[in-house]
Amino acid sequence: MSRVASGAPAVAPPLLAVDDLSLEFRTRSGTVRALDHVSLTVGRGEILGLVGESGSGKSVLCHALLGLSEPAARITGGAIHFDGMDLRAASERELQDLRGREIGMVFQNPRAALNPIRPIGRQLEDVLGRHHAIRSQDLRARAIECLREVAIADPDRRWGAYPFELSGGMCQRVMIALAMSSRPRLLIADEPTTGLDVTTQAAVLALIRDRARADGVATLLITHDLALAADFCDRIVVMHAGHVVETAPTARLFAAPRHPYTRALIGSTPAGRTSLDELEPIAGGLPDLRRADLPACRFVERCPRAEPECRDALRHLRAGATEDFACSNPLPVL
Amino acid sequence: MLQPIARPLSAPPDVEAVSDTLLEVVGLSRRFALGRGRKAPQLHAVDDVSLKLRRGESVGLVGESGCGKSTLARLLARLIDPSEGAIVFEGRDIGAVPARDFAVSRQRARIQLVFQDATDSLDPRQTAGDAIAEPAIRLGLPGDVDARVRRVADEVGLPPELLGRYPHQLSGGQRARVGIARALAPEPTLLVLDEPTAALDVSVQAVVLQLLARLRRERGLTYLFVSHDLNVVRLLCDRVLVMYLGRLVEEGPSGPMFDDPAHPYTAALLSAIPGSGRQRIELAGEVRSPVDPDPSACRFHGRCPVGDAECGRTMPVLRRLHRSGAVPHRVACLKAGD
Repeated sequence: MSRVASGAPAVAPPLLAVDDLSLEFRTRSGTVRALDHVSLTVGRGEILGLVGESGSGKSVLCHALLGLSEPAARITGGAIHFDGMDLRAASERELQDLRGREIGMVFQNPRAALNPIRPIGRQLEDVLGRHHAIRSQDLRARAIECLREVAIADPDRRWGAYPFELSGGMCQRVMIALAMSSRPRLLIADEPTTGLDVTTQAAVLALIRDRARADGVATLLITHDLALAADFCDRIVVMHAGHVVETAPTARLFAAPRHPYTRALIGSTPAGRTSLDELEPIAGGLPDLRRADLPACRFVERCPRAEPECRDALRHLRAGATEDFACSNPLPVL
Repeated sequence: MLQPIARPLSAPPDVEAVSDTLLEVVGLSRRFALGRGRKAPQLHAVDDVSLKLRRGESVGLVGESGCGKSTLARLLARLIDPSEGAIVFEGRDIGAVPARDFAVSRQRARIQLVFQDATDSLDPRQTAGDAIAEPAIRLGLPGDVDARVRRVADEVGLPPELLGRYPHQLSGGQRARVGIARALAPEPTLLVLDEPTAALDVSVQAVVLQLLARLRRERGLTYLFVSHDLNVVRLLCDRVLVMYLGRLVEEGPSGPMFDDPAHPYTAALLSAIPGSGRQRIELAGEVRSPVDPDPSACRFHGRCPVGDAECGRTMPVLRRLHRSGAVPHRVACLKAGD
């Protein structure tokens, strides 16, 4: 927490802007209102953390941003702009061009994302060749350079390695090399270190941070680990049951959360506690998002500060806000 | 979560008061042959480990994946057989009993396991109640099984109406409770917990950790808690064992160890904990191979930020630190200060 990155410049218009995005899944058992009036921005060189319990809509949002939603998903409102370009209006071809070139992606479980029967160097060459005019005789040197940039030891030899020959951390470095090979302007990393050892996790995240700082890559880091977000993110967006409930610069969010859910998440995190008795579990679970009587504030049934009117009205985050919360009875300013 | 790490509130147990040993392991090794024949290379998963668990204490076992902590946990729980060494549990050497025979022995009930993801470790076609009852039935434990199931379900806070449900009808937290109840039903004295909260959200994890702490207090259980989450180990465990490539490299009471780790590997591990507020110690170099390792070199040599040529010639043994209090703090490092 003491290593919170110094604030990135946030004066320029954000590279990625999501405004009032709503998304539903049509299922046989009803319509799941998975995202509801979601707004967030990511600035150039900024690392934005997206946190919340599983089922809060983090990954659904990230797939929607990339135009990779499941067929059952339907965007029912709102806008997504990437560097001024309206992504909802973009054709599949335009999106394909963006993905990989302008927007890099790193997912959980890197071994599953890599082709198991192709050397990692070749996989890098495939991506480099697709998105860039590089002469074929230069591809190999460039691929090795990419491996070196993500601190893979002995990259000349590792060029020919298959994913199964590499450790989990090493595979994740390869994924980052793939995502970064085309010099993207936005990196979306969905739980990039889940399943990795703490030492490897720290190294992988340091790598992501270096790229954000050195190349001004805007980064959306999705994680369920608040302590990790505290260490690596400039600003944090907290999601609960398809709502963004709060966003604030990291230090402010932890020092003085305004939304009761943010406060509750911090209270249940073991990092920095001195005793198990200090942990405060959050009551209840996420509401069923198919419910017809879903309250306006979806946290109301778990909230210690809930008031009767919380069921009926909710002010969503202002679009474009870098610091805001969605609560009618917020915690006091300290 | 902004404060630096402090020692756990629960003071380490007074050694004199709880001197009776529940489990003692001496020179325990487990090797896996990679191929056939005498000359096949051997993977040294656990290498010459000695340790003691005292009655009622909670001991954390930490290290990176591949360090042998899960193999050690499975050896102690007698799911697999050791290549060498003794495992003395409640005064009997159970290390010599083949795992197959141990599975149906009376002592099986005394050592139970809680697995990582209850979703994977529960039979999808078995109700929660049946899953909890199974070990007790299989071991032929006396008494009314249903009463036993209801009792442990109540103890772990599982409402009786959930006992008829199948795993997919339960939430993650409820499945975790089923896994714990199943382990408690045969009345064990030692629980080996292998990453029991790794698959849970923090909100649920907090409940399960507090449940485990309460059960230990009420039942006087002994825990061996295998985890890579050092923030959790610090809160749940009185004592910590650190493994690196099959060897025990440091052991000691949680507070002093987290405040002032002796082994350079422990220091690097602690520095990588999110929210620790420590300057991260980066480990350069490659991890040594656990296959036929050099018996006269420190396993951490080559990756260690402190070591020198001597470490490549001498395998360090665990030694007690001068600074250690009543609960011994030991380290296997030539360079660690006292």
